[in-house]
Amino acid sequence: MAVKFEKLGEGTYVLDVQGYVCPHPQIYTKKALEKLKSGETLQLVFDNPSSGESIVAMCQTEGDDIVEKSQDAGRTLRWTIRKS
Amino acid sequence: MAEGVIETTERIGMATSRANILRAAAVVGFFLLVSLGTYAADARYLYFSAYLWFGFVYGMSLQYGRFCMASAIRDLFAVGVPRMAVGIMIAVVLFSLVSAGVTLTGRSTFHASPIGLYSVVGGAIFGFGMVFTGGCATGSLYKTGEGSVAALLVVFSLSFAQAIFVDVGGVLDLLVPASWTASAAAKSMPAQLTATQGWYDQFLAGYIWDLKGLTVGEALGFADPVARVFIGNSLVNAILPALVLLAVIYRFYYRKGWLRKHADLPPGPAREFAGWWSMVTASRRTAVAGLVLGLAAGLQMWVMQALQQKFGIANAGELLTAMGITEGLSMQDTVFDPGYFYVTTQEAQGAAWVLAKLGMNLRDNIFFGMENGIPAPLANPVLWMSFSVIGGSMVMALLANEFKLKFPTREIALWAIGGGILMGLGSRVGLGCNIGAFFATVTNGDPSGWLFAAGMTAGGWLGVKFFNWWIERKMAKEAPLGF
Repeated sequence: MAVKFEKLGEGTYVLDVQGYVCPHPQIYTKKALEKLKSGETLQLVFDNPSSGESIVAMCQTEGDDIVEKSQDAGRTLRWTIRKS
Repeated sequence: MAEGVIETTERIGMATSRANILRAAAVVGFFLLVSLGTYAADARYLYFSAYLWFGFVYGMSLQYGRFCMASAIRDLFAVGVPRMAVGIMIAVVLFSLVSAGVTLTGRSTFHASPIGLYSVVGGAIFGFGMVFTGGCATGSLYKTGEGSVAALLVVFSLSFAQAIFVDVGGVLDLLVPASWTASAAAKSMPAQLTATQGWYDQFLAGYIWDLKGLTVGEALGFADPVARVFIGNSLVNAILPALVLLAVIYRFYYRKGWLRKHADLPPGPAREFAGWWSMVTASRRTAVAGLVLGLAAGLQMWVMQALQQKFGIANAGELLTAMGITEGLSMQDTVFDPGYFYVTTQEAQGAAWVLAKLGMNLRDNIFFGMENGIPAPLANPVLWMSFSVIGGSMVMALLANEFKLKFPTREIALWAIGGGILMGLGSRVGLGCNIGAFFATVTNGDPSGWLFAAGMTAGGWLGVKFFNWWIERKMAKEAPLGF
């Protein structure tokens, strides 16, 4: 399973790191957010809960907003992050 | 959500399903059954169960706080997140205070490790490897409990790497300094150990045994036992270094983000302390886990020593002998029995037991043959602790709807195995892992743990550099947007 990082539309990107464990999801997320401009959003899809803790803290430090969080029955987490 | 408090994934999760509650109850029931059943068969299994239930508490705490030393170092350098490093420092402070109290009662099972460069080298190898695996030695156990097969691969590779490393010679013997061989030869070891052959035998007998170890309380020469343990061991060796590290972490990894949100506060010590305190309390789960781990780890030393007195033993080998279990004891009739929170050595014993069943002779080395033995997994009380760390974590993961059986891709599996092997080698060279060579040592006044931590940090930093390079290279090839 490969990492997917694609542009969905104007100012909207998706990063899918399902199947990856620490430290992959948080490092890929950091690198993806570095690619975005201020105000653009990243839809993050992952299934490693402990990475979520690091991503929350990383966003707090950088000032990025996690504007939406959801989790489906298959334990897949889908977060939307707006770059500060 | 209170300002500055990290929201956790648990808060967005669903209510625990009935099926998961039943599964969690089944796991608890299994361990209860093991405890009660073995106790009914022989009351001396209480010693095993003590390890088991402390391991269970460790597993629950580790999973609840996502407590992982790999994360502490890696996330600090890779993504600038200090959350876990802070949690570990909290645990260090608390464990050191409880340990001091336990030492004062005369019921500490702790012995200081020798002071030497080996701690830095072992820590560096271990730290470099753990960046790639996704978890430290304990982190891999709790993640196994969450259903991660990759973490289980780390546990296996770490275990087998240790078991093989302590026994092999050949080309590795060419790396042995002549002084080690001479020193090992001078010690008149039993002939069956062949102590002048094999890298690790000569490392132990020719180098480690010639080093001296002592606690800071002893080094400072405090005559008063209270001052020795609370000022020397706890304050000087654990609390002050932890506070200094917390200040450094605040300055370089937290202050900027915090000040951005609190630019209205007047500059000065009060603002800096408020920011520092915000960092310490930012992740409640991690802080709570650190608190429970610190308290439980200290209490375990007291309980294990009390049980040793109850059964009139100094080592579990005597208990096994009294129970009629003599297979797998070392030539001193002992087995590995630290009496406190420890991982890696018992897992190496488990791997050695499997390899021995496959026909390998692993008893002709100091590590297994003379010091630790190779008891069968079910006759290895410390290994019960490793099993129950997985069990405790599984219960917490099920209750938080976070258990998911995840099989690794080939890429993740290779990272897990390669990193696990390095962690195994590092833990043998460093005489322990992030727990035995760091957490349990610095908190008991043993400064060797800080040497291991320094190496682990340097290795982790290098590992992050390598990992970043590898990810950028990979994404440049695979993702249209690159990284």
